[in-house]
Amino acid sequence: MTDRAPLFEARNLTKHFPVRRGFLAKPLGVVRAVDGVNFSIGTGKTLGVVGESGCGKTTTAKLVLRLENPTGGSLLFDGQDISGLEGRDVMQYRKAVQAVFQDPFASLNPRMRVDAIIAEPLVTHERLDSAEVNKRIARLIDLVGLPERSAKLFPHEFSGGQRQRIAIARSLAVSPRLVVLDEPVSALDVSIRAQILNLLRDLQAQLGLSYLFIAHDLAAVAHMSHTIAVMYLGQIVEIGDAATIATRPRHPYTQALFAAALPSHPSELREELVLTGEVPSPLNPPLACRFHPRCPHAMPRCSTEEPALREAEGRRVSCHLYPSPA
Amino acid sequence: MSDAPLLELKGLSTHYVSARGTRVVRAVDEVSLTLAPGSTLGIVGESGSGKSTLALTILRLLPPAAKIVAGQILLEGEDLLTKSDVEMRRVRGKRIAMILQDPMASLNPLFTIGDQVSEPLRVHEGVGRRSAWSRATDLLKSVRIPAPEARVREYPHQMSGGMRQRIVGAIAISCAPRLLIADEPTTSLDLTIQAQYLNLLRDLQREHRLALIFITHNLGIVAKMCDQVAVMYAGRLVEWGPVTRIFDAPAHPYTRALLESIPRMGDGRERLTAIEGQPPDLAAPPGGCAFHPRCPQAMSRCREEAPPETVLGPSHTARCWLNVPAAVPTAAAPTGIR
Repeated sequence: MTDRAPLFEARNLTKHFPVRRGFLAKPLGVVRAVDGVNFSIGTGKTLGVVGESGCGKTTTAKLVLRLENPTGGSLLFDGQDISGLEGRDVMQYRKAVQAVFQDPFASLNPRMRVDAIIAEPLVTHERLDSAEVNKRIARLIDLVGLPERSAKLFPHEFSGGQRQRIAIARSLAVSPRLVVLDEPVSALDVSIRAQILNLLRDLQAQLGLSYLFIAHDLAAVAHMSHTIAVMYLGQIVEIGDAATIATRPRHPYTQALFAAALPSHPSELREELVLTGEVPSPLNPPLACRFHPRCPHAMPRCSTEEPALREAEGRRVSCHLYPSPA
Repeated sequence: MSDAPLLELKGLSTHYVSARGTRVVRAVDEVSLTLAPGSTLGIVGESGSGKSTLALTILRLLPPAAKIVAGQILLEGEDLLTKSDVEMRRVRGKRIAMILQDPMASLNPLFTIGDQVSEPLRVHEGVGRRSAWSRATDLLKSVRIPAPEARVREYPHQMSGGMRQRIVGAIAISCAPRLLIADEPTTSLDLTIQAQYLNLLRDLQREHRLALIFITHNLGIVAKMCDQVAVMYAGRLVEWGPVTRIFDAPAHPYTRALLESIPRMGDGRERLTAIEGQPPDLAAPPGGCAFHPRCPQAMSRCREEAPPETVLGPSHTARCWLNVPAAVPTAAAPTGIR
């Protein structure tokens, strides 16, 4: 941790969804989508979140964007708790935290011209005259590397990669400090992905942005992130420096996840560490360590005692194997 | 390989023609390659490069607007293009099977798993209902579905995504085909489930000496699974060859650019080498070599004339002027890496 307070901090962040069968019925239980998660994002830094479907990474993103309200814990932005904000204060917060979504074919309104799309957050959040708005639009279009004439075109006139640039320009319109990137390249063609990843890194360096980067592609997350958090069933099982986690994962789930990542060269032999079974339902997660039913190293202790997220070997990991008895 | 090839494509071209015949999209253009029994070929390319049309061409399952205009598809020496529709029906599912991307869309929600897994056996091999069901149970066991005796009586919605895709796999191998075409089989699956599924496919391949064609945009799947790669760009096979050869010394600039643009674990690169520009519009492809507007090594000739297919070694071809010795200006190395 640096001496300066992080830009964004989640403390014991929790989101439980009640499950009901039928209207007005009593809740049958809760889905523990996010269950006591702690992380922080520094200014100009990227936190990468990885995990499989149902691990809670998208819910985490929604909580950060305040599209969902947490059921427990707190969210600190610039030292201020934003989980209780309402009305105009939420608006103020949303100006500072923007998002880019996966599918630029779904996230852009096909009936709006590009300039109107990019100007929308400006119109919502700032009172500017039209000359100033046009100046800002032109600057944003240039910033994301689109041709000047794009402003008067419609989204359907662009390819996937260019549309994602429009979405990025829109997210940057109100000069946010944190951008949530939810699978920003997985809907794009392979040859275009590198362009967008490079653009995102350039923008980060240029504007001092912080990113919350969510993706399936572990190599892309490792490439983009300063810190990686690995989630399993609503909890962070391992978090630490990106290169450390990517090259020397310690939690058995992280190890399995990175072993399952595809090789980048045919001669690259990997330890075959294929997990059996599938991710259990977050409605009834296993007791104690949530990973123990699938863990190749499970010990009797793992089914009775929940491991805490502890410092070990240069990262924090929640597993009874660590710290290993020296 | 001394084996006679299982599948041989010779100058295969499939074009989409508009209703009035005025517009032609060359989705697959002069594709030639061979596949030995039991080996694995990866066909990679971006969306719109023609890789899925190529797969549908091999099975002759094209939509009405598409026409196979030239070439041959030789399966164990027989040309599939000369077969009647009735004969083709005996090839599909029996000798060539296919797995599609979305398992929920390939399974019928109204029929039990047992009905659907036993259907090819009943159609192609005339097996009776009861024994087909018992073989369906065995097939589910072979694709590692737990409690297959109970699962045969269940419906697709009761399965998870990974199980559904394994059931589709069980249907595909039910009649012991020689060739299995998998079109993006794991894109809807999670990482650890994807690893399980790919390992399953490899085990099935070894057991049944099955040849596999993987259609994917993911070079990682190619690196993990394939013996050969075919790289498609704008309907053409720009490079085809043994997988290690292609990863170590790609001959075509597009193949090289594609390999360099992918982030790799722990390589510490600050920036990725991006391919500039956009994939071409197949309705109006650039003249000459379709890749020349994005190619870092483009020469004047590339703009005017499409490069021919050059043989670079056993089962290794490329379509690039850099690989045509006489076409390269003196002092420029043919495969020089920039």
